[in-house]
Amino acid sequence: MRWFWIDRFVEFESGSHAKAIKNVTLAEEHLHDHQPDFPVMPASLILEGLAQTGGLLLGEQRQFSRMVILAKVPRMTFHGLACPGDTLTYSAKLVDSRDEGGMVEVSAHVGDRLVADGEIVFAHVDSETIGAGNADQMNCVFTLLRGVLDVGKAGDGSSAGAVSQG
Amino acid sequence: MPSRDKIFEKVKETLVDALGLDDDEVTPSARLKADLGAESIDFLDIVFRLEKNFSTKIPRNELFPESLFTSDAGFAENGRVTEKGLAELRTRLPHADKETIDKLAQDPRVENVEDLFTVSMVVNFLTSKLGS
Repeated sequence: MRWFWIDRFVEFESGSHAKAIKNVTLAEEHLHDHQPDFPVMPASLILEGLAQTGGLLLGEQRQFSRMVILAKVPRMTFHGLACPGDTLTYSAKLVDSRDEGGMVEVSAHVGDRLVADGEIVFAHVDSETIGAGNADQMNCVFTLLRGVLDVGKAGDGSSAGAVSQG
Repeated sequence: MPSRDKIFEKVKETLVDALGLDDDEVTPSARLKADLGAESIDFLDIVFRLEKNFSTKIPRNELFPESLFTSDAGFAENGRVTEKGLAELRTRLPHADKETIDKLAQDPRVENVEDLFTVSMVVNFLTSKLGS
């Protein structure tokens, strides 16, 4: 399993906002492990999808020159469930971005129904800061995740991977 | 320019949101770490919210200087802040309450430096910033 919790960007306005979708399917094992006989998308993984959407929005603004890590979730409220067959739409709005990190406001919807909303704070870190020595953490996690911008496409080949500059 | 009371009220709201506190926990003398439970990453969150709530820009290290003693030039010895270090703190943290620095001078253990970061210090900083 790859740690992708978004399937595709459907909007990406550099330095401003982004929307990504995540299709929930009954084939995903975590749905069955989470609540026996009651398959729902775990809230923690909805949060991860929101963080991936917002983290890529922040990272792209600096052309991925800094590693972006989730630092804090000051507020996150879950209003409902996402079940197999649902498409979660994750929206992230960049509310602040500076050398030390950034903050996004996020929401998750299924259609018009609000599933979750909140705020996420990210920190910009360097390899030295996290004691990774010469290991290039960018290659381990963030670069892999960035691939969503390239490979996440609709059947007709369209995607929001071509980032529109705000 | 907003009054100091108004600034305090907004700082209180900011800290309640950032740290998940009750209103009555935020008093002027409360220390952000020891009394209000702030962790290092919370300072970034607090700065984001202060900028938004006060429509101002707070450059890095202006309000909460990081690594006060990184370029150690005799600011601390044997885990205690030296006279030179205290002088540096007075320069780098002009918005810190004088009493808190005097208190540090009496018990200058390095771990006590973070006690300078109080609610009142944040209010002093914004009062000065918004008044200039």
